[in-house]
Amino acid sequence: MIKGDKILNGKWILSGGKIYDPFKEKYIEGNILISDGKFEKIVNQNYKDKDVNIFDCEGKIITHPFIDLHAHFREPGREDKETIESGCLSALYGGYTTICLMPNTEPPVDTPELIKFIIDKSKEYPVDILPIGAITKGQSGKELTEIGLMVKEGALAISDDGIPVEDSRIMRYALEYSKMFGIPVINHAEDVFLRSGAVMNESIESTKLGLPGSPPITESIMVSRDLMINKYVKSRMHVPHISSKESVELVRKYRETSDEVTSEVTPHHIYFNDESLSTFNSNLKVAPPIRSEEHRKALIDGLADGTIDCIATDHAPHNIEEKESDFMHSSCGMIGLETAFSSSYTALSKEKFSIEKIISFFTLGPSKVMNIKKEFLSPGKQVEVVIIDLNKEWKVTTDDFKSKSRNSGFIGHKLKSKVTSTIYGKDCFINQ
Amino acid sequence: MLSNKHFISLKDTPKEDIMKLIETGLSFREVLERPVKKVPTLSGKNILNLFFENSTRTKMSFELAEKRLSADVTNFSASSSSLNKGETFRDTVQNIQVMKIDCIVMRHPSPGSSLQLTNFVDSIIVNGGDGCHEHPTQAMLDVMSLYEKFETFKNLKVAIIGDILHSRVALSNIYALKTLGVEVTLCGPPHLIPIGIQDLGVDINYNVDEVLEWADAINVLRIQRERMGIGLIPSVREYREVFGITSKRIENLKKEIVIMHPGPINRGVELDGDVADSDNSIILNQVLNGVAMRMSILYHLLSEGDTIND
Ligand SMILES: [Zn+2]
Repeated sequence: MIKGDKILNGKWILSGGKIYDPFKEKYIEGNILISDGKFEKIVNQNYKDKDVNIFDCEGKIITHPFIDLHAHFREPGREDKETIESGCLSALYGGYTTICLMPNTEPPVDTPELIKFIIDKSKEYPVDILPIGAITKGQSGKELTEIGLMVKEGALAISDDGIPVEDSRIMRYALEYSKMFGIPVINHAEDVFLRSGAVMNESIESTKLGLPGSPPITESIMVSRDLMINKYVKSRMHVPHISSKESVELVRKYRETSDEVTSEVTPHHIYFNDESLSTFNSNLKVAPPIRSEEHRKALIDGLADGTIDCIATDHAPHNIEEKESDFMHSSCGMIGLETAFSSSYTALSKEKFSIEKIISFFTLGPSKVMNIKKEFLSPGKQVEVVIIDLNKEWKVTTDDFKSKSRNSGFIGHKLKSKVTSTIYGKDCFINQ
Repeated sequence: MLSNKHFISLKDTPKEDIMKLIETGLSFREVLERPVKKVPTLSGKNILNLFFENSTRTKMSFELAEKRLSADVTNFSASSSSLNKGETFRDTVQNIQVMKIDCIVMRHPSPGSSLQLTNFVDSIIVNGGDGCHEHPTQAMLDVMSLYEKFETFKNLKVAIIGDILHSRVALSNIYALKTLGVEVTLCGPPHLIPIGIQDLGVDINYNVDEVLEWADAINVLRIQRERMGIGLIPSVREYREVFGITSKRIENLKKEIVIMHPGPINRGVELDGDVADSDNSIILNQVLNGVAMRMSILYHLLSEGDTIND
């Protein structure tokens, strides 16, 4: 069971904040009136009612909670790292109420039964869990899964994420077959031969650390192949965790003539560059690797001109044992749900992105990519809002996480802006 | 006192530290020539040699240095695989922590492991080689051997020849040599020279004959047999033809050149046997200086201001 820190029984008014509808891209004048967890109406500043409770939002932004297209919860299989429940908590405290789950669990979510398992399991939580099914059975890259049946059970995309689809023929079939269901194919693009045993980006930084590096073209070579196949079979693909300048350029070029390709970037790829690895911090060991400043800048340009549609966390929990092994052997990935907005805001506000644009990367952007129908504040429906304090600065510590894991590369970093509360129905989750 | 508590990397080691270590190293070198080779400098200090990788030479050199300084020595060898079977790095070293060790010399196959170790234990850490990253004590004995030979670093030109990418010796050498103002050229197969290394202030030349012509001294790296057969080095004879320091190449040179090698040598592959044994070679001096330099490093890290001769 997940329960809010505060239960909003009866009438509540969210008072004093700026209300922004990210789907209509406009501000709303007034205050939000909630009745028993349901949105009632917008009332003006002078609204008076003796039964109404005041929820102070002075100086804050109130908007639709975030949508994550790319999270790894570890249920089934590795519940020690993250369960659907702990992942949902992590999401709620990070400002999210919609999460697309990657299928690389143990076993991988590669059947309609497992899609149903995820959906049933998450029903009781105040987070919309949208499962992504595997492309191939057992994520082995060999045989297509029952894509149609998985879609029927609620899968909204397919991906073998964590593992690239190496076989071009299988990738072709995946794209070609899935187009009749209208779902995107998400391929974790890394040429495994070029990557070989690499544990970070290849650059002067890997040279200085003596660590095997994988060059940025490791990604763009496969992105290029996928784009060609996609064009050939006229399907729909989404590039996850785009990390290199070359990949951004390829996607940009492709989008000049087609809107059948979308892409996402992670907060860590736009916040860090590979110089950050100089202390061998294994929490910064991720796949694809954090690349050099030149690439980070290209990702920011991609967000600015719409080549990249949204920010997705690639939330990847790992236990401390796996991360405290030596750098070569520590596992890949970092958690991100609870720092995603703040870290992205910190990185992007520096680059003169407007707050509306930044919010769109967490709401409108992802909803369009996955065709997730969302409406902000519909009367009579459960209220769904996130409240953000843009003026708050906070230093990330290991105690800040609701996730079962602590592998965040942001620990010790000072971030700008903070999600102060997320409200879903009557449940209100408050960050101290 | 050195500028850092630990001895992990030569990246930011100041010139004064390097020179101080060389000078003390040279005095220890004299101690090693005496009939009584032992000094009581580190008597009562506990040193642990923690080797996660086989390296008979480095281990022997450290052990000799520690014993000559009268330290209490413990050896612990573990295969790196035991580290990855559930037992974390932290567990392994925290077991060691309770033994109240003053100094840990660690050899480990993963880059950064020595630095990581400083987060887990209070002991002084000496990096005895961390994967393909650094091997600072080896680089220190190399610069000491150069200094012993040339008596100055001024206008010195040194080439490092071989598989730079997989070498822990190269990076530490580059850091030390550049700090000392030495000109450095790297020579080896292009795909075995790591990306961007010119940013460290070194030149690259793939033509070994030109490099020999240019250099005052060359540091020839060992070509590991395991690099062959995986597409990195086509064959011994091809490597020897293109990069081998052969007797013929040295005979054709119309000048003196100093030959170094961190050992063990693949005779007839990267270096011909008679070149290794020739008057040009200071390879055996390197071995002796290895003990003296490690004594110097341990002395500066661990002694509280005692003089060498007591
Ligand atoms: Zn991925």
